[in-house]
Amino acid sequence: MATLGSAQLHGQDSVASSVSISPVMKLSPRHSALVRVTHWVSTLCFFALLVSGIEIVISHPRFYWGETGTVLTKPLFQLPIPSSRRTVPTGYGYVLPDQNGWSRALHFEAAWIAVLTGLLYVISGLLTRHFRKDLVPSKADLSWRTLSTSFVKPLRFQRPSAAEASSYNGLQRLTYLFVIFVLFPLVIWSGLAMSLAFASAFPWSVTLLGGRQSARTIHFFVTLALVLFLFVHIAMICLAGFWRRTRAMITGRTGTPEEHA
Amino acid sequence: MIKLSRRKLIVSGFAAAAGASGLAVAARLAQKYGLVPPDHGGIYGLGETLTYASQRLLTRHSLAREFPRNKISPRPFPNELAPLTEDFKRLQAGGFADWRLSVDGMVHQPASFSIADLKSYPSRSHITELACEEGWSYIAEWIGVPLSRVLQVVGVQPQAKYVVYVSMEPDTWDSIDMADALHPQTFLCYGMNGGELPVGHGGPLRMRVPRQVGYKNIKFITRLTVTDSLKGFGNGCGAVACEYGYAWYAGI
Repeated sequence: MATLGSAQLHGQDSVASSVSISPVMKLSPRHSALVRVTHWVSTLCFFALLVSGIEIVISHPRFYWGETGTVLTKPLFQLPIPSSRRTVPTGYGYVLPDQNGWSRALHFEAAWIAVLTGLLYVISGLLTRHFRKDLVPSKADLSWRTLSTSFVKPLRFQRPSAAEASSYNGLQRLTYLFVIFVLFPLVIWSGLAMSLAFASAFPWSVTLLGGRQSARTIHFFVTLALVLFLFVHIAMICLAGFWRRTRAMITGRTGTPEEHA
Repeated sequence: MIKLSRRKLIVSGFAAAAGASGLAVAARLAQKYGLVPPDHGGIYGLGETLTYASQRLLTRHSLAREFPRNKISPRPFPNELAPLTEDFKRLQAGGFADWRLSVDGMVHQPASFSIADLKSYPSRSHITELACEEGWSYIAEWIGVPLSRVLQVVGVQPQAKYVVYVSMEPDTWDSIDMADALHPQTFLCYGMNGGELPVGHGGPLRMRVPRQVGYKNIKFITRLTVTDSLKGFGNGCGAVACEYGYAWYAGI
């Protein structure tokens, strides 16, 4: 399936898809029920983590490298935003209200739900061979020409071909694998490294990242990468047809003629 | 639409029943082994309980990271201090000679200690990081008497579960469980970086709980109460911070 999907990338107007060839494909949904449920639970958690994370950053919008850092030490950089603490020199003449109580509680609760959901997704993805079937790119997917075509096409606002409604191209596969197996583990690791109690049991979790403040800075940059992914993800969905793609992730149906054939 | 066969219905019925009873058993076990924090209610109770339970299981005896002397931060940030009360200023003028730490509650011999009394016990020190929930942190050498030593002197009753500690600052108190109270790095801290503990850092006496964030490390400690329940203290969630929406357990 992977090779079929990618082969069609070369012919941009190719309509013949793997969907119409295989009778099994007509019955199986675009995304399995487990993928759909874990996707939306993760989405909710991601927004909860993002909003609460921003609130927590506002209480100290300065970032450092190494083990320590306070308002008395030189930061690596400081975000040009007001703060919810009087002790932080921001240049703004006002202090925002403290929101850290509920923000921390929501952040950690959402993190728990996200991690458990992610574990369920990864374990079932390995058992059902979801990763190997749907996300690991084939050799053909990885050719420079295929990848660059996949990159340039959306930049020219060219909608994906019908064939791409049932599968991912090589670039998408690499991106999803990177998000699932690099960015998410890294954001969880750098977050846990900031836990004093966790670090007492697993001190290497902090030292490997270069210290507590480095872990915090890494946590921030990985979050930026995840937000960038989110923007591109939504942009690609809009380009491909927002309702069609969103329906596929909610009901599993793509709404393609093949599905009703 | 979704078709439910009889087999599927029976299987999912059994799975649901097994899941529900599994949760009930887990809740009973968690309660029995002290894995449920006092602020387990409300919408964030699930997260608080998962964090507290897992960290208690993982870190009951683990030691906070310690650092070499050359890692001590040259300028430790004392954070904001509420205006000092008249009572405090009076004690400060007397060199804190009249400062008292009273210990009561579920102990065999309630007692009161001066700073000199506390210093008469073998002093201990560790070079650890104080990390604020806001994100900043510094490393300092903390000198004091392990809380466990003071608890040993007064004799803790076996049913004790928490130690409540009260500050001289108005409306400032917190509590920790016995795992943290008896932890070797939990200090009643009277010294810092080779000298006295500065007032800005909570001198003459500060609770130092290095495996929890800054706000559990309350300054100006005057009273300890050993208890088996936090119900009678404030609104029952174990700390003033909880009443402002902050978690009672702050190992993260």
